[in-house]
Amino acid sequence: MENLKTLVDSLYLLKPEIAISCVLVLVIIMDLIMDKNKTFLPYVALTGFIITAFLVVEQYFFKTSITQNLQKLLVIDAVGAFFKLIVILASCLIVYFSLISKEVKEAFDRHGEYYALICGMVIGMFFMISSADLIMIYLSLELVSLSSYVLAGFTKNSLRNSEASLKYFVFGAMSSGIMLFGISIIFGLTGTTNLLAVKSVMAAGGNSLTFLFASILIFAGIGYKISAAPFHFWTPDVYEGAPITITAYLSIASKAAGFALLIRFITLGYVQQIDASGAWQLVAGSIDWKKFFTVISILTMTLGNFAALWQDNIKRMLAYSSIAHAGYLLLGVVVLTNQGLSAVILYFIVYAIMNLGAFLVVMLIANKIGSEEIDDYKGLGYATPFLGVCMAIFLISLTGLPPTAGFIGKLYLFTALIEAKMIPLAVIAIINSVVSLYYYIRVLKHMFLTRPQNEDLVINTSFAEYVIVLVLAVPVILFGIYFTPIVNLAKNSVALFLQ
Amino acid sequence: MLSLITFLPIVGMILILFLPKTQAKIIKSLTLAITGAQVIIAAFMLGSYNYTMAGINDPKSFQFIEKFQWINIANFPLLGNIKIDYFLGIDGLSIPLVLLTAIITFVATLASWKIDKSIKGYFALFLLLDTGMMGVFVALDFFLFYIFWELMLLPMYFLIGIWGGPRKEYAAIKFFLYTLFGSVFMMLVMIGLYFSTQIVDNGTKIYTFNMLAMMDPKNFVANGILSPLNPNNLRLIAYIALFIGFAIKIPMFPFHTWLPDAHVEAPTAISVILAGVLLKMGTYGILRICYPVFPEITHQLIWFIALFGMINIIYGALCAMAQKDFKKLIAYSSVSHMGFVMLGMASLNTIGISGAVLQMFNHGTITAMLFIIVGVIYDRAHTRGIYEFGGLATQMPIYTGFTTLAFFAAIGLPGLSGFISEAFVFLGAFQSTNIRVITAVSTLGMLLGAAYMLWTLQRVYLGQLNVKWSSLKDLDFREYAMLVPLSIIIIFLGIYPSAMLNLMNSSVNAMVKFMAEAPKVFGSLGSL
Repeated sequence: MENLKTLVDSLYLLKPEIAISCVLVLVIIMDLIMDKNKTFLPYVALTGFIITAFLVVEQYFFKTSITQNLQKLLVIDAVGAFFKLIVILASCLIVYFSLISKEVKEAFDRHGEYYALICGMVIGMFFMISSADLIMIYLSLELVSLSSYVLAGFTKNSLRNSEASLKYFVFGAMSSGIMLFGISIIFGLTGTTNLLAVKSVMAAGGNSLTFLFASILIFAGIGYKISAAPFHFWTPDVYEGAPITITAYLSIASKAAGFALLIRFITLGYVQQIDASGAWQLVAGSIDWKKFFTVISILTMTLGNFAALWQDNIKRMLAYSSIAHAGYLLLGVVVLTNQGLSAVILYFIVYAIMNLGAFLVVMLIANKIGSEEIDDYKGLGYATPFLGVCMAIFLISLTGLPPTAGFIGKLYLFTALIEAKMIPLAVIAIINSVVSLYYYIRVLKHMFLTRPQNEDLVINTSFAEYVIVLVLAVPVILFGIYFTPIVNLAKNSVALFLQ
Repeated sequence: MLSLITFLPIVGMILILFLPKTQAKIIKSLTLAITGAQVIIAAFMLGSYNYTMAGINDPKSFQFIEKFQWINIANFPLLGNIKIDYFLGIDGLSIPLVLLTAIITFVATLASWKIDKSIKGYFALFLLLDTGMMGVFVALDFFLFYIFWELMLLPMYFLIGIWGGPRKEYAAIKFFLYTLFGSVFMMLVMIGLYFSTQIVDNGTKIYTFNMLAMMDPKNFVANGILSPLNPNNLRLIAYIALFIGFAIKIPMFPFHTWLPDAHVEAPTAISVILAGVLLKMGTYGILRICYPVFPEITHQLIWFIALFGMINIIYGALCAMAQKDFKKLIAYSSVSHMGFVMLGMASLNTIGISGAVLQMFNHGTITAMLFIIVGVIYDRAHTRGIYEFGGLATQMPIYTGFTTLAFFAAIGLPGLSGFISEAFVFLGAFQSTNIRVITAVSTLGMLLGAAYMLWTLQRVYLGQLNVKWSSLKDLDFREYAMLVPLSIIIIFLGIYPSAMLNLMNSSVNAMVKFMAEAPKVFGSLGSL
């Protein structure tokens, strides 16, 4: 009875999750009632997402950091709320993208399941972001994965599409299997699945090689979600095959949830305490995450950047680029400090805007010319100067050149690294970003430096498209010149982190 | 004032973006008006410039200062309060280059008059580039400096890549990758310096990007990675990284290979900007940042700076001699002439550094003129092969007259501006005992310079006229408008160099004094 009371009392902490579940149910019911007319479904989802976004914002401002309620299954704090905010805002934008996407429109009769599955993913990601228990982690990860397998193969119209879905499923099943194996070992060793309890057992000397091994196995599942090398193999094929809206969604929301989970996993399970300067002190004798992440991060960004150099399909190129960005983001985790965490958060704000922007332009162009091959972009800058210039802004920002927001994101990551005196890693990362220039600029080269194959081709942009592109392009420049707001947001998000 | 001269082109760019594509004439006139306004503002600044104020490391004696708070974030984890200032100002080092930038962009606008492809895009990018260049010379905050430095990469890439010659794509990406490679290391050094410098702001210590604060020993942080107080500091490595970042722009051997490609492919106006202004950013950066922020390391490595200067001089001249393409020849002559700047800087005395700064200005005007000359002949003949011409003097006498003037100025003939700066460089460098041998060898460069220039003059302009070119017309009004002002400057500074030398004198003196005293201060702090 006592338990039930705490449960009911802490229910208010789950407002966003409850809201989004209602949206899910609503979408399904409406889809069933209104048999043929489905035009309003995206608006229902969009409204639901916006309401949820407000609830998440409310959660962000919960003054005290609340841990250890909800049966020790979840943690609700500002960092989590921030990542939820990224997820829900990305979801809103993706719904908007879907409204103007030709690909999605063509699968008109299955819109109900499309939006329902997105809602399902959101619920999964929300739980992923706040879970503090290995079982919870596993369940939420599976919820996200299962929804996204279906979404990746949603359009069904091409072989690539089905291939993407199947590959995603096979790799996903494999990773979560490995992860589950790791969880079972830890449960066997400690008799608990709660990360905090696991930590205390470990601190009491329950450490062993087996334990280390199990931690790495669990990381396999997380690494798969953030597409860190060597768990990235699914990414290029899935990104290329899936509808662009879903590709963009996976590259932002799913990655955000993955990173939140990673941070949660490390801080709850392995960090003894966070000292006054904000450095994370690992439990004595635990796995050396610093070295581990250094290796993973170098591997991820180098592999992503170099593989991207040889891609001819722009979605595939952006897939490798998103792998490389996962590597950059890991740089913020490597240092194991609050400052690094705020750099990750800052980079996520920027990355979400610029990557969504790049995918949006790719989608709008694919809507018109029906191709995603970089070779078909020849001279497009002249056919559609507006989209061309915006693409240039997004790609330059992805490279990390001033005066764009991408530069500010990179600057803070490197600041965190140099503050931690990890100079060699900073040098490797910075050389990587020079390499990345080559493939990003290649797209611009095709768009502007070569003459169009078809001189008469003119791509018109509708008002709805103008608005959404500008909504993403303007902040990229604005935050590049005046970045106080985003840095403050990052700062405030970590201010109460585990203290 | 400085904001106006820096951001006026951006305003112009925005106006141009709103103009319809078809209004080519208005777009061109607007650009000309803006660059003209820049020249007027620069002239006005020259008029009200106080010759006695030194600048260099003393924030109070900079002129036309503009300082506002730009970024202000309180209590960031580990970093404390983050404050970045919008801090502009000029001293005797930067005012010649501000003048140069204004003049060269104005001339380059005229040189762009015949652009016929995507005029709107061209002039918009051109103006963006202008802002970037001007900003680099007036920024006194490292962060701001870096933003301007990177800002001009993208417009330059497109200007070469879209309006360039047959191998434009290769040349453009090569330029971009080379420069970016250099500047990303500059960013790491910038962050390192940020963590090594603290100033007191409202009673609390905060890290700063302020360049002038980085030059003041009392601002060093005890354990900053680039602080002389830290026994394990990485100052030497940081210096080399920063130096290479600038050296790529100069371009210093062995990082010079982007330059001939970029020049050959770029349209005339862009070559003019590239040689006239962009190369100076490298040497300016070294003088503005490398020297006063790392004075003790500069003393350690001064011999190498001189050595690379010498290599540039000799190697550039030899390469120039072997060229068959007129434009490539001028490009390599730039490599050689920028070597003089490096040699002058390495002398670390007033005469040498004055010579170096003067050489930057003179090389800017002379090379701009040389590239215009190449452009003139290329416009008419559509070829730049040196061996395809001959005897142009009879066909185009006035044009040949201007060419001879520019060539003689480049060789360093007394009475023209090039002579003064090269003479100063050598005078200064000979006084510096440890680089005397290098200086002696470098004088060979003057000889080689005369050789390739005169030989080119002979091959292109003297001898029998090739009948193929008997229909070439002499200069038109627009070309006069470009060549005459530059010729006047070249002759004027050849006869009365004090006009420019007085301008930079107190700053150069302050710099030499600072460089002479600083190693002691920096060194003793290091052993604490």
